[in-house]
Amino acid sequence: MAIFAIYSCSSDSSSNSENVEVERVESTPAEETTAEVDPMQDKGIGPISSVELGEIDETMAAEGKETFKTLCSACHKIEKRFVGPALLGVTERRTPEWIMNMIMNPEEMVEKNKLAKDLLAEYLSPMANQNVSEEDARKILEYFRSEDNKQ
Amino acid sequence: MKTIKNIIYTLVAVLVLASCGNTSSKKKDSKSGALSGNAAEKVYVAPGEHDEYYAFVSGGFSGQLAVYGLPSARLFKVIPVFSVDAEKAYGFNEETKPMLNTSYGFVPWDDSHHPDISQTNGELDGRWVFINGNNTPRIARISLSTFETEEIIEVPNSAGNHSSSFVTENTEYVVAGTRFSVPIPQKDMPISEYKSNFKGALSFISVDQETGHMGIKFQLIMPGFDYDLSHPGRGKSHGWFFFTTYNTEEANSLLEVNASQNDKDYIAAVNWKKIEEYVNNGGGKKMPAKYAHNVYSDETHTATSTMMNEVLVVDPTEVPGAVYFLPTPKSPHGCDVDPSGEYIVGNGKLSADLTVHSFTRMQEAIEGKKFAGEAYGIPILNYEDVVAGVVKQPGLGPLHTEFDDKGNAYTTFFISSEVVKWKLGTWEVIDRKPTYYSVGHLMIPGGNSRKPTGKYLVAMNKITKDRYLPTGPELTQSAQLYDISGDKMELLSDFPTVGEPHYAAGCPADLIKDRSAKIFKLDENKHKYAATSESEAKVVREGNVVHIYMTMIRSHFAPDNIEGVQVGDKVYFHVTNLEQDFDVPHGISMIGANTSELLIMPGQTETFVWEPKQEGVWPFYCTDFCSALHQEMQGYVRVSAKGSSVPISYTLDGDPTDAE
Repeated sequence: MAIFAIYSCSSDSSSNSENVEVERVESTPAEETTAEVDPMQDKGIGPISSVELGEIDETMAAEGKETFKTLCSACHKIEKRFVGPALLGVTERRTPEWIMNMIMNPEEMVEKNKLAKDLLAEYLSPMANQNVSEEDARKILEYFRSEDNKQ
Repeated sequence: MKTIKNIIYTLVAVLVLASCGNTSSKKKDSKSGALSGNAAEKVYVAPGEHDEYYAFVSGGFSGQLAVYGLPSARLFKVIPVFSVDAEKAYGFNEETKPMLNTSYGFVPWDDSHHPDISQTNGELDGRWVFINGNNTPRIARISLSTFETEEIIEVPNSAGNHSSSFVTENTEYVVAGTRFSVPIPQKDMPISEYKSNFKGALSFISVDQETGHMGIKFQLIMPGFDYDLSHPGRGKSHGWFFFTTYNTEEANSLLEVNASQNDKDYIAAVNWKKIEEYVNNGGGKKMPAKYAHNVYSDETHTATSTMMNEVLVVDPTEVPGAVYFLPTPKSPHGCDVDPSGEYIVGNGKLSADLTVHSFTRMQEAIEGKKFAGEAYGIPILNYEDVVAGVVKQPGLGPLHTEFDDKGNAYTTFFISSEVVKWKLGTWEVIDRKPTYYSVGHLMIPGGNSRKPTGKYLVAMNKITKDRYLPTGPELTQSAQLYDISGDKMELLSDFPTVGEPHYAAGCPADLIKDRSAKIFKLDENKHKYAATSESEAKVVREGNVVHIYMTMIRSHFAPDNIEGVQVGDKVYFHVTNLEQDFDVPHGISMIGANTSELLIMPGQTETFVWEPKQEGVWPFYCTDFCSALHQEMQGYVRVSAKGSSVPISYTLDGDPTDAE
């Protein structure tokens, strides 16, 4: 049983906040995985576990663009690196789930997700949580898809 | 696998529970071993844990309202109300300057006294807290969602706005009674002609239940006494309001002696429902009166000040049955109504006994028309006909009484420095505990409502003397926390306060904490000069006025390089915080600006003015540590000579700011 307990803790430590007591038991540095993550498989950490993509909905994309302008454009430009990375081609580099989780759950992502941690190391400024709703995050994703589709 | 995991979680949970059980039983052992040494434990709120109650403590001559947690007595916030506050730019930024406008012009200070939390059906509802400005008579309403002052209304015909700001049991009215009687309307006349010429105004300020907006419904123009404190009736006495008076002698000099001649002063019982009906039917008289009404909007993030021109006054003698005087020994201060609404306690500060009147007896006496006489046409009831009981020789100098949930009353005694617990109905003294020193008011969370709590009592002291390390001639003001859950009160802690703590209002934290605002939504920002995205950031010259529409987000301003400003310009920085996350304000200040920094909440816009006096390149920066790159959050304004040909331009990273 003890073996099971430790196993369960180490594999699950990121998503079970109730297990704080137990995490402490196995807080010997968890083996950092050195294997390269396949970005197109990584869904990130956060409320979004799967996204169904259909044809690009230009109405949604246009609404997403407006939200992006208000909440995101102070740090992200589409075509150039700014405070954060340029976003052109992001839908070809990341899964839709990862993109939405990064928008909606940036603190946990830069703390625990390897791809997001690497980005923080490169850009230094942690992404701000702009309290974007799931609906708005989905529309922003559609805006990115629309931009990438133009290329 | 899922099943196995569940089993594991269960096992873990059992282990955790078992360990908790051990800890708590150990604690119990150590408690029972100690004699009475658990006061520290009772006020200790572990790091990361929350207090059980909010306490809103008046700042007295600081003009502000302090927010504490109980039982820890940790200070959470000082809400600026009547005084400018550089920390929050209150009264310094363009948006809040109108809040401090009065008929006397901009008054940047007041003496804040008696906070009271809004009520519904006689119970605290956590919508707003009201507080009075004593010196330049004003009533403020503070939102318990934003913890900001949203409205201030000046009270005309009033002076020393002391018997304020108490609310009726559905917050129909917040009441403001004058301490000093004055000529109404004001005029140049000999002070020696005070008697019968000076009047005291009791103002009933209606509160809109949706917006909270205040308006003076009517002012009752009473005889020229000093109206000291007041409390609303509740339950059976809802519809009445009670005011203590002193100086019924109508002295105008050396009041210390001359206002203490009468054996009894009065509690004025005002049937406000009757007067409201009279007024709604066209009663009362409009008179010219200049007073400011200032309202702050969370949509425009801006206050507006409107100067009002008239007020409705009511002569009490024209509304029969509306006002009675209850004789009460002797120069009573606190006027306190018990949770049932039956008992009205007059805390006669020069009396050896504590007088408690009965609302039922008062009504019987009124019905039986048993009057002892009249004062300026207002019927005086017989003391013997209205008194319910007397607490015999409980202490010296009673000032104020509050109540718990078990039928007990707690009265402060200023001269003998103690809190005395006594029983409603039997009038027997149950317990007394010293205070350190010279206690004024006290507060039990929910004390001024139908449902007081019974766990804590806060005593607010006038003298501190030896209780803290000395800090020069000025000592901190102080409050003390008592545990009142048992038969005997227990002193738990001393804690310093901001300014003089005249009075406080408290409530369970659960009533407020979940309704607290976290951000202002950018798409609801209607500030005239808001830039709700970087694409809206710009700099506009209008003659010698320059408007900078600036944005801020971790960790840069947009624009951060501005050129084309000239010496002699009036430069408005309108700055919008684009953050939409809780607890991420940014600040901004400009070298040499004759005002405070701004501290801008997420989604909010604020403005400061800068009048550059010298050519050069002048930096501005974020004043609130906001991120790891806070030190990088800075920018420059280039100031050229007057009439220079350098055009207005503005960039971020070399590019004119825009969305992409």
